[in-house]
Amino acid sequence: MYDKIFPPKKIELSNGRVVLEKRSRTPLILLIVMIAVYYSAQVTGFSFEVLFKRISEFFIIIKEMLKPNWGYIDGIWPELMSTLKMSLFGSVAGALIALPAALLASANIIKNRVIVAVCKTVLSLLRTMPTLVTALIATYVFDLPATAGTVAIFLFTISYVGKLMYEAIENVDMGAFEAMESIGMTRIEAFRYAIIPQILPGYLSTSLFCFEGNVRYAAILGYVGAGGIGKLINETIGWRDYSSLGMIVLMLVITVYTIETISEHFRKKLI
Amino acid sequence: MTTIEKQLLQAPRNHRYVLTVVAIVVILLAWSVTEFSLKLDSNGMKIASNIIGGLLNPDLDFLFNLSDKGVLYLLWETFAIALLGTIVGAILAVPLAFLAASNIVPKPISWLIRLLLIFIRTVPALVYGLMFIRVTGPGPFAGVLTIGITSIGMLAKLYVDAIEELDVKVLESMTSIGCTTFEKIRYGIIPQLASIFLSVMIYRFDMNMREAAILGLVGAGGIGAPLIFAMQGYKWEQVGSILIGLVILILLIEFISNKLRSKLVNG
Repeated sequence: MYDKIFPPKKIELSNGRVVLEKRSRTPLILLIVMIAVYYSAQVTGFSFEVLFKRISEFFIIIKEMLKPNWGYIDGIWPELMSTLKMSLFGSVAGALIALPAALLASANIIKNRVIVAVCKTVLSLLRTMPTLVTALIATYVFDLPATAGTVAIFLFTISYVGKLMYEAIENVDMGAFEAMESIGMTRIEAFRYAIIPQILPGYLSTSLFCFEGNVRYAAILGYVGAGGIGKLINETIGWRDYSSLGMIVLMLVITVYTIETISEHFRKKLI
Repeated sequence: MTTIEKQLLQAPRNHRYVLTVVAIVVILLAWSVTEFSLKLDSNGMKIASNIIGGLLNPDLDFLFNLSDKGVLYLLWETFAIALLGTIVGAILAVPLAFLAASNIVPKPISWLIRLLLIFIRTVPALVYGLMFIRVTGPGPFAGVLTIGITSIGMLAKLYVDAIEELDVKVLESMTSIGCTTFEKIRYGIIPQLASIFLSVMIYRFDMNMREAAILGLVGAGGIGAPLIFAMQGYKWEQVGSILIGLVILILLIEFISNKLRSKLVNG
């Protein structure tokens, strides 16, 4: 279609043969992106004027945050621990449930198309729901705030680990599985001895990676009342107590960095 | 004893190591379970059934309303925030990425910039959102800036990986045939980086759709604010229609982004 409107350039080589060079599609794509950006700027009210005039406010807040309120540590500690508990329990429980879910969603193990399709749809629906929205719904259903947060993280972990795992299971080498079935093992035994060893390192590493991300998510869940450090973030910003906010962010950065380093160490070992 | 059995016995044993790790994980789990109880709210079950009912009977009028109060307009606004935010972030991330690449600048500078990127990445998006609202006032503009700055961390990190893997042999051969610096950048560096940068940007845009959808919760525009108002007002039919619209849009964008990225990577 595009080649018909803009015919390809003809280049004649020295030996008399004619080569066709297709015209670049970059200008068309750029044009579409420019139009989209223009309308987006209209809708969102983007203006450089406001940005340059008021951006100093942002740096004033940053400057306040750079003077952390060290006395606030005692207030942060229990909430930080509760955030960690939420993300740890949610991630482990989610990763455990994700494995059977991924198994049911892999087309090469389960021969029943309906089960596979239903499981895949459920996993992708769960994945599209933003964690914060799940947490918000969960706060209406569960009594304790921390439980609501744990449930939100649990559901997200199932969907994330589940998706990566069914992709891994669908790409494993089926030779070993078929060989084991042919010598008389049941499907479950064959799965245990042929598939699990192939996917186990990937499974553990994905779960660890998901746990890392979950600590970050858990930090904001408190904003909608689902327990953890987000509650304090909401309060300190409400009171414009930016030096306490700076302390919270500092603690959060240290925690996340520590967890990332530990998890990266184990992930490197696994692969 | 057959060779296979010998080989099996020779395999390294790390039972003690595995057991220690498992024990630590179990202890941590036992500690984490203290915060958890499945006790439902007094009318939790009723609300749960209301939510499911709302999802099954969405407010169709609200869903297909074309005015600027309808779901379609709100989705378009969310999309616009994510798109513009991604572009702002992608532009800001390029200089930072070059400054953080250890094959371009001296080690101390690259290390400092990396530390800065870790800080930028760890501050939750909601915190940026609440800070930018003080700058621009509530509305989608704050959302754009928030998405922009939260994207920098991940974009710059992935850009750095691409820059550090640049094939310098191409540049050396270009120098040897007498290319100028500008020509080296145009024909030696840009072709190597452009497709990776674009693919990273598209991936981040996909993630930003989800971020933009929740930023409304702090008043930074998009679909989040109507969602939280509908929930606080127990209007589950409206919640249902917003969630259905959001899920369809996100799935659609994910599908397109996967197609585009596989095309970019495979040429």
